[in-house]
Amino acid sequence: MSQDFVRQLPGSGLVTRRKAGLGDAVHLDVPMVLLLLTISAYGLLILYSAVGQQTAPVISQSIKILVGLGAMVVIAQISPIFYMRLAPFIFLAALVLLAMIYVFGVEVKGSRRWLRIPGVINFQPSEIMKLVLPLILAWYFHDRHLPPKARHVFWSLVIIAIPVMLIAMQPDLGTSLIIAASGLFVLLLAGVSWRLVFSAIGLALVSAPALWFVLRDYQRQRILTLLDPERDPLGAGWNIIQSKTAIGSGGLFGKGLFEGTQSHLDFLPESQTDFIIAVLGEELGLVGVVALLILYLLLIGRGVILSLQAQDTFGRLLSGSITFTFFVYVFVNIGMVSGILPVVGVPLPLVSYGGTSILTLFAGFGILMSIHTHRRITL
Amino acid sequence: MVEPLALKDHTWESRIFFERIVVGFGILVVLTLFLVARFFYLQIVQYDVYATLSDKNRIQVQPLPPIRGLIFDRNGELLADNSPSFNLVLTPERVDDMDATLAKLSAVLQLSDEEVQAFQKRLKRRPRPFESVPLRFKLTQEEIARFSVDRHAMPGVEVEARLVRHYPKGDLMVHAVGSVRRINENDARRLDPVAYSGTDHIGKIGVERYYESDLLGAVGYQQVEIDARGKVMKILESDLPRPGKDLVLHVDSSLQQAASDALGDRRGTIVAIEPDTGGILAMVSKPGYDPNLFVTGIDFATYASLRDSPDVPLFNRALQGQYEPGSTIKPIIGLAGLVTGMTTADYAIEDPGWFKLPNNERLYRDWNWTSSGLGGHGLVNLEKAIYRSCNVYFYRLAVKMGIDRIDDYLALFGFGVNTALDLPEARSGLLPTREWKEDSRGLPWYPGDTVNIGIGQGDMLVTPLQLATAVTVIANRGRWVAPRMLKSGSDLLERSSVTRMDSIELIPDHVWDLVIGAMEKVVHRGNQVYGENGTAWAYIGQDIPYRMAGKSGTAQVVGIAQGEEYNEEELDERQRKHAWFVAFAPVEKPEIALAVLVENGGGGSSVAAPVARAVIDHHLLKNTAAKGRVVASATQ
Repeated sequence: MSQDFVRQLPGSGLVTRRKAGLGDAVHLDVPMVLLLLTISAYGLLILYSAVGQQTAPVISQSIKILVGLGAMVVIAQISPIFYMRLAPFIFLAALVLLAMIYVFGVEVKGSRRWLRIPGVINFQPSEIMKLVLPLILAWYFHDRHLPPKARHVFWSLVIIAIPVMLIAMQPDLGTSLIIAASGLFVLLLAGVSWRLVFSAIGLALVSAPALWFVLRDYQRQRILTLLDPERDPLGAGWNIIQSKTAIGSGGLFGKGLFEGTQSHLDFLPESQTDFIIAVLGEELGLVGVVALLILYLLLIGRGVILSLQAQDTFGRLLSGSITFTFFVYVFVNIGMVSGILPVVGVPLPLVSYGGTSILTLFAGFGILMSIHTHRRITL
Repeated sequence: MVEPLALKDHTWESRIFFERIVVGFGILVVLTLFLVARFFYLQIVQYDVYATLSDKNRIQVQPLPPIRGLIFDRNGELLADNSPSFNLVLTPERVDDMDATLAKLSAVLQLSDEEVQAFQKRLKRRPRPFESVPLRFKLTQEEIARFSVDRHAMPGVEVEARLVRHYPKGDLMVHAVGSVRRINENDARRLDPVAYSGTDHIGKIGVERYYESDLLGAVGYQQVEIDARGKVMKILESDLPRPGKDLVLHVDSSLQQAASDALGDRRGTIVAIEPDTGGILAMVSKPGYDPNLFVTGIDFATYASLRDSPDVPLFNRALQGQYEPGSTIKPIIGLAGLVTGMTTADYAIEDPGWFKLPNNERLYRDWNWTSSGLGGHGLVNLEKAIYRSCNVYFYRLAVKMGIDRIDDYLALFGFGVNTALDLPEARSGLLPTREWKEDSRGLPWYPGDTVNIGIGQGDMLVTPLQLATAVTVIANRGRWVAPRMLKSGSDLLERSSVTRMDSIELIPDHVWDLVIGAMEKVVHRGNQVYGENGTAWAYIGQDIPYRMAGKSGTAQVVGIAQGEEYNEEELDERQRKHAWFVAFAPVEKPEIALAVLVENGGGGSSVAAPVARAVIDHHLLKNTAAKGRVVASATQ
């Protein structure tokens, strides 16, 4: 296996020679860390406003971010080879946890997403799967000939389908779609032919109406609400009407930090969690939103660069998938809050209040940095 | 392991990966621009729409109800004020499930179906969204406590303090002051919804009704910022309400109390007027009721018992009761006879106890007529005809004058018209004329009708207020003062649309002297031989410390409250004649004029005169009496 790395280097014309910098010494990527800190700080500021200028939630969120950063640093220290070797076991363990939900899971608002070990930990196994599915697929394709053969595509789809089905049945359609996307990104990056990709997309679009009959009632409601929020303005349509009102009334420069009426007078629901971008839009306007989007693009751009610099198949597929999946979060969340996608429970990465998702996000960036800083460096 | 490795083409893999990741990043940038376009659309293109929506969300205009004007009596005692009442109110927009909430409240507060129905009605009438609707009024402390335990489970339900009308004197003043009631559907249709926003009550009766526009005040507004649950966060702008005008009435609470005590448990009415101003000093109608019951909505059983009581407590006898005046109008007929020259001070008749019209066998009796033929008053002049209340004298005088002249003179004293400036319930009574009889009965006027009018019987009807007013005019020797409640702000009285009367100037002084002197003798002429004392002397005149002019009367029962469900005993009692007494005092400089009616009381002098005396005593002697009370309490 180690020979593989040696042989790969000369062939990889895309990788330039570079010196070991400060970041490599501690296995971190300095630009990425700086971007993460900037976005987190921006997020804390918005959160501070969204919670009505209380410090307690901001401190709690800061602690979660610090824990996340800590996890990122630890994960970055460990060689990707370790993750690759352990991939099958991690995948099986994650599947077992997902299955356990159906036995021990705690039901919240009609769905079982949480595993609770009282006094110890409270977590969603689906969060772990966000990283584990790309990991197992990258492992699967790592020593196979690329582009993948039809049967490898088939088996990888099976690997994707198992956790996706388990999560969709919780039910948590939003998360299962994102996890499916994270797996499909690996396939796409592995070089599945465009023909196959487009026919899959075509097939999905054609079968979309059929999906209507599979959806649960509340899921149908959400789609109908997206099309016409006014059909139930005080019920299902309330969230989306209020978030659009918050965003729209912000204008170009916003109503001013801490001055948002929609959020502070509680018209905007979930203003600290899933709908926090509406607080930003209301208080800092289009300028504030675009600034956040630019920060996200820079972070993703850095992720793309790190992926391109990865030296082996496993590293490329895994870092590429993690980077693109991050964007899916951003897009789905902002799309839903601004009324172009149906409401699904997806937080805005690094900004929304909440623990598990932050930990997963930083762990993902930790893996990116691990892959990047454990390259064989030619001096 | 060896074979697949040999097949791996790393250069190709890298190139494909590069291509894929660049295409992916491109798509992602396009999608991001799409998001930017979406925000541009919402925040720039549609900015006005959403800015308006956002303001509509948070800014609410709330009416600020004005404080209703207070009502005082002439001594500054409060007759009507406003006191806080804790009401349970619901804001439908904030209630999750109305039926479930009502069910829960029913369990906590034992709501009756009636209350829930009334609430549903009010809910439909609600003028604007987000305005709360009261469900129950006057919560007790215990009810508030019970509700508070469960309130978190019932969003949109609150306990709210509102000022409501309160009548500290309860039933004592109800027929003098009137009362407010809750605004009902009919009112709501008629009223200006702006002026009454935030107000639940409207003056329905009496002074409260007549001065409604002054007492109401002007509604104010405030623009408030509310949160999503409707809680007011801050006041942005406000235009304060203008409180209603305070009113001072002529009425004297202590005199009202004395009058009420003098009547006791008997049904009846007393109207006392200050001759100088026409101000009503006391206006009692018994039985009464507690107006506070009606302010926040009365329950049906209590209302039904008031409405269906044979004693008609809701009926204001002083203003709405129309009775025969009986002998109380004899002094006025006498005045008319003297002025028209149909009689003189000295002209006397021999009264055999009965009277017959020519060519008519019908016997018109005097009140002391006996079949033995020993009745009658003997030789009677006008003065004696008044103090002995001789019917035959007035039968003859009336026939001699004819109905047209009698009507002309009775009209001068305000009979047949309503002259009460600010008492909207006051009725006009009935002054029968030839035209009236022709129009209403299709019959000509008969001489017999005139005979009856001569002693205040037949078709003539007066209200106690009208009679008290006529006595006031006599006390003033013809100077007219219209009866009124309001003492403060006489400009408010000018808009009254009732008939304005001119003072009576054609009656010379000696005529007044004679008639008023005869009325004085009713009370004061005593210690004479049998049949020569004033009719009221034995009952009130023997120890009286001031000069009083009076006249008794009895009225046949016209039946304002007759029904078939009463038992025999009660029926008898209710068919007895009503007792009247009118009076003013002191004669030299009148300070009070009044009319007393005791329903089914019997004799005017024996029953009604002592009541009149008690009221006048209180009014004229209260200072000494008050001093006595002070001394008594000081020694205790």
